[in-house]
Amino acid sequence: MAGLVASVVNLDRPGHYLHWWVIQLSLANFVVIVLMLVVFALALVVPFPKLHERDRPKKERP
Amino acid sequence: MRSTVRDPAASPWRGPTRPYDLVKELVIAVVVVSLLVLALAAVFSSPDEPGVTIQRWARADPSDFITTATTELDGTSISASYGPPYNHDGPGQKIGPLALQKLAGVRIPIDPAHDFVIGPLQTVTGDRTLAGALTRYTRASAAQQQRWASNYDQAIQNAPAQDPTQVRAGDYGPVPTMTARLLQLAQSGALDSQLVNPGSGFYQTDYTRPLLFLSDSGYLANLAQAQHLSGEQWGMSNETGSYPGQAWLWLYTFWYQIRPFTHSGNADALIWGIMLVLSLALVLVPYIPGIRSIPKRVPLYRLIWRDYYRQTDNIEHN
Amino acid sequence: MTVPPPVRPAADDVPGSWTAALRRRAIDELPPERLLPDRQPAYVSSWVYLFGVLTLAALVVVIASGSILALKGPEWWHHSSLGHFMNSVHLWSVELFFFFMVIHLWGQFFMASWRGNRGLTWVTGAVAFLASIGTAFTGYVIQSNFDSQWIATQAKDGMNAVGIGAFWNVLDFGQMLLWHVLLLPIAIGIIVALHLLMVRRHGVVAPIGVDADGNLIDSGTTTDAS
Repeated sequence: MAGLVASVVNLDRPGHYLHWWVIQLSLANFVVIVLMLVVFALALVVPFPKLHERDRPKKERP
Repeated sequence: MRSTVRDPAASPWRGPTRPYDLVKELVIAVVVVSLLVLALAAVFSSPDEPGVTIQRWARADPSDFITTATTELDGTSISASYGPPYNHDGPGQKIGPLALQKLAGVRIPIDPAHDFVIGPLQTVTGDRTLAGALTRYTRASAAQQQRWASNYDQAIQNAPAQDPTQVRAGDYGPVPTMTARLLQLAQSGALDSQLVNPGSGFYQTDYTRPLLFLSDSGYLANLAQAQHLSGEQWGMSNETGSYPGQAWLWLYTFWYQIRPFTHSGNADALIWGIMLVLSLALVLVPYIPGIRSIPKRVPLYRLIWRDYYRQTDNIEHN
Repeated sequence: MTVPPPVRPAADDVPGSWTAALRRRAIDELPPERLLPDRQPAYVSSWVYLFGVLTLAALVVVIASGSILALKGPEWWHHSSLGHFMNSVHLWSVELFFFFMVIHLWGQFFMASWRGNRGLTWVTGAVAFLASIGTAFTGYVIQSNFDSQWIATQAKDGMNAVGIGAFWNVLDFGQMLLWHVLLLPIAIGIIVALHLLMVRRHGVVAPIGVDADGNLIDSGTTTDAS
């Protein structure tokens, strides 16, 4: 196949598939979905930088 | 009934603010995402399974090729009995009484017998045997043509390993000669370009004909099945090899896995109908009672705004 | 944040001028301080808020990489290492685009971001999502490889079943190429622009149970429509 670039991880191999009930999910898609849920959960719980007093507009400072 | 008191979220915010650099945020996001994408592309690359040509198919499975060509002639192939938009030879799918496929009409006229078999064969010159076979075929009545092709189709089904070279003698007319010559044309590679919209002359960008011919055989489907891409394998959300695919199509492909759609001739139309309704529901979430109040009942928002609730509560109680 | 007065009073506008009316409307709806603010409400303090701009950033990379692929035409990437790499960049930027967009959707849903007359913001976002799926589909179909062949021949059945296939022929490479490279990106651009302008117009929605002055509303008197 002309132009196949050598990649660090070769994904040009038969995929693995997970089976459960009627669900058949490729391992790659499963990883993507799990990553999405993990990233979403992290976004919810990881603390966000707090507002410093110097960043408040003067009129909002006590 | 909507409360007569105005929605507080509708008023411009008059509460505390914090600095925000919109442009800097976008620039940083573009830089970060670009680096991430470059890394992913370098590490994982992208798939590029070469396309299947008619030539490849004809060389890999000549028996299947001849069988398919015969079904184009006897009208039993998928294309020949498809219906709109290609021809009037199939009823088309319905959603209840709604026959949208038929309503759209025949806009991409395809005559498989002529377009896939007879037409290409008629371009061959210097082959008197073929010319004779074509003359005999085209001068015969439609019923006679049908009989020859149908007999040959049946004979191939009954032959050992469904090998056309091992069919019993029978009333097949010129069909064996025609399909054998078409096979030669295909194996030489000539049929690939002949099928691509012959009406447009030199330039070719419409692959309707060769793709329809190709998908009338099992060759493409078998390759797809091996890559987990067929309908009942959640194929729509998959990609060749081990690459991630289109996980966002999960709900669309899900319906093809369950009854009654697994056994329905109207599966495509019905599932499109369902997905249209669900897509509309997604778009109209803010206006659907019950759905739009889910966020208030699920305490996720308390996590998102916990800092603000906490500091406001402190201020109000101090 | 107060809206500054218009530069010239409306009475000075040329009567019946569409241009003046458009300018008046644009300035009233989106004065510069609202279009490009440098402050935002204090409650915008969660990492969840980042996924909108991450989606936008991914879209920028999608368009940039797609433009580079367009420079050399649809066959380039099959016989050039650089072309194949750009194809990989385009593919992974699309994967990230959907990754971030769906998380953005989850976040906005659980914040009920349509509150306070922001229904159209949600609508444009959802339409952008659906239009992106269609655009990605045309992209897969113009790869000009086995994947394209399979996806096109499968998808045609769905399209034909509801009559769309008669007018939008997914087996027609030329048609799909133009939809993917020109028509759909324009449509997405317009929808995304409207979405962003609406976010700027209405501002980021306040937390559930908080009034416009920033005070907590007692749960017994909450007036959010539900």
